[in-house]
Amino acid sequence: MTFTQSLLEALESLSGNKLRSGLTVLGIVIGVAAVIAMLAVGRGAEESITGSISSIGTNLLFVFSGDAGGPPGRNGGSGNNDRPLTLADAKAIADPFAAPSVQSVAPALQGNGTVTFAGENSSTTIQGVTPEYASVRNLEVAEGEFLNEEQLLGRMSVVVLGPETADNLFGRHEGVVGETIRIEGQPFRVIGVLVAKGGGAFGSEDNSVYIPFTTAQARLTRRGARDEVDIIFVQAASAENVLQASEEIANILRQRHRTPIGDDDFTIFTQQDFLSTFETITGVLTIFLGGIAGISLLVGGIGIMNIMLVSVTERTREIGLRKALGARKRDILLQFLTESSLLSLIGGVIGVIFGWLIGLIVGQIAAASDTNFTPVVGADAILLSTSFSALIGLFFGIYPASRAANLEPVEALRYE
Amino acid sequence: MDWVIEARGLTKTYKMGEIEVEALRDVSFQIERGEILAIMGPSGSGKSTLMNTLGCLDRPTSGDYLLDSEAVSNMNDDQLASIRNRKVGFVFQSFNLLPRMTAIGNVELPLRYAGLTEDRRERAIQALEAVGLKDRMTHRPYELSGGQQQRVAIARAIVPNPSIIMADEPTGNLDSKVGKDIMSLLLNLNRERGTTLIIVTHDPVIAEQTQRIIRLRDGYLESNSQEKKVKAKQ
Ligand SMILES: Nc1ncnc2c1ncn2[C@@H]1O[C@H](COP(=O)(O)OP(=O)(O)OP(=O)(O)O)[C@@H](O)[C@H]1O
Ligand SMILES: [Mg+2]
Repeated sequence: MTFTQSLLEALESLSGNKLRSGLTVLGIVIGVAAVIAMLAVGRGAEESITGSISSIGTNLLFVFSGDAGGPPGRNGGSGNNDRPLTLADAKAIADPFAAPSVQSVAPALQGNGTVTFAGENSSTTIQGVTPEYASVRNLEVAEGEFLNEEQLLGRMSVVVLGPETADNLFGRHEGVVGETIRIEGQPFRVIGVLVAKGGGAFGSEDNSVYIPFTTAQARLTRRGARDEVDIIFVQAASAENVLQASEEIANILRQRHRTPIGDDDFTIFTQQDFLSTFETITGVLTIFLGGIAGISLLVGGIGIMNIMLVSVTERTREIGLRKALGARKRDILLQFLTESSLLSLIGGVIGVIFGWLIGLIVGQIAAASDTNFTPVVGADAILLSTSFSALIGLFFGIYPASRAANLEPVEALRYE
Repeated sequence: MDWVIEARGLTKTYKMGEIEVEALRDVSFQIERGEILAIMGPSGSGKSTLMNTLGCLDRPTSGDYLLDSEAVSNMNDDQLASIRNRKVGFVFQSFNLLPRMTAIGNVELPLRYAGLTEDRRERAIQALEAVGLKDRMTHRPYELSGGQQQRVAIARAIVPNPSIIMADEPTGNLDSKVGKDIMSLLLNLNRERGTTLIIVTHDPVIAEQTQRIIRLRDGYLESNSQEKKVKAKQ
């Protein structure tokens, strides 16, 4: 018997009892569909989050006040002994001799506020930034220009709008340069609009307005005198330099804040940290869902074994006849193994189609609710799950098939 | 002499718990190539057991058995399968066709197990032609009458050109007219191809048409009527 013949015969025998075959593979179908849908959604989420993480800038470090990672010791308990970050800190970090791995530094003041134009209100994030901010955060200007040194030094009342804020105020995000809007009641001239980045994992950056740091200091916060900043964005010279830069920044700040080692009053976060946090979460989810899929594949496999045992019993006479006609043990073994693996392979293929459909529907729902997220069904996932399901059929077919192969021909022929 | 079968002191004992059933006791005889032979005896006398042993479906508990001068008693399962495939064609009382397969598919089956791919179809068609069923090639068993099904089974038995055809009550499930047709078909095949023919039967009319009758009783060889062969050859 050649393999193609066995395959054809197996197909014939399975299609001879379609309902039973269909019910038998249900477990495999569900298991594989779960695997495929899970992988598709997981990978889609990963791509969307990785995308939004890299869209916030490249080789980026975030420095803010307060110790997130340290032990809740003398400092943490007593509340705000932490020294705030200041403009002077930012300048020190920008020093190319003290911190050679740092490329550029962008301190920022952040707050929420209301912007108005011709009676339209919109609440938004107000960011007081320096000209470096655009390059550090990968911001691109769609029309007009970003803030410059002159405006910074002159504490000018100019603003660059995020596209969403522009939409909210003007109903469009083009041709608004030159208009004057009010931020917290004070007039600002629009000098530019940014390119949309899409909603990321960190809220929409598109709904923000950017004004000169000095202007924010003087006119929108009450902290002007103390030169405080909320956050310092630092861009490392290259991806390899990110950790090095983190060390350099920490050393500078420890010196300046005179904190003992291990008792930092600031926190440095890298993009990589965000990614690893996210990867831990998806890892746990994958194990959990993978476990469910594994169990249903196991149950599916046992179902196949069960039906194959029934089928061997039903076809005892057939087996006896085949042996009388010259079938060897391995011919019978091959026949039943082919049937069981083909059965679960078919289940696997149907499962892939179902899982793919589920992924598609999730994608449609995400699109309908304006989430930037596309489930991805990879060729590797399809290949893996179909071959794995065929293996399950093979494995759970071994026992029934060897039962069939080891039947005595005379006994089998007498079987009623 | 050109013996196709030589059996010496065959015994077969079935163990059913404590009880032992001796289905064959010290059976010895030979069969000449091309001979037509009937095995008769009352129910339970060991006819089917003898036939299964001769057809290499089962091994004797003791005794020697040569088929085409090959010692079968010591062969392993795969070797026996190969012997059955090449040298023995079975015809059963209940036809034993595979219901999912067409007539030609059923006839091709032994050739498949022989590993034949090339002229498989042609040989199967020839075999069906020999039993007069070429026009029913693509019918499935349930679309055929009992007599036609038994013809397909006979085509399946002759397709590998075996040395022997063994038929266990081949007409048992057929009415007498159709049974007669099947018998004359088997006798014809013997005449044309020289295939040795062993028929287990209860029916004296069928036994009459053979050259020799072996009678069993309680597993013993009761009579081995050589003289009848001489009569038949005249
Ligand atoms: N597998 C078996 N296990 C136990 N005993 C068996 C087995 N097969 C046959 N026998 C016994 O061996 C004896 C011979 O059986 P066998 O089938 O050869 O008889 P038979 O001559 O073919 O009868 P019939 O004409 O009814 O077909 C019987 O007593 C039967 O009960
Ligand atoms: Mg019998």
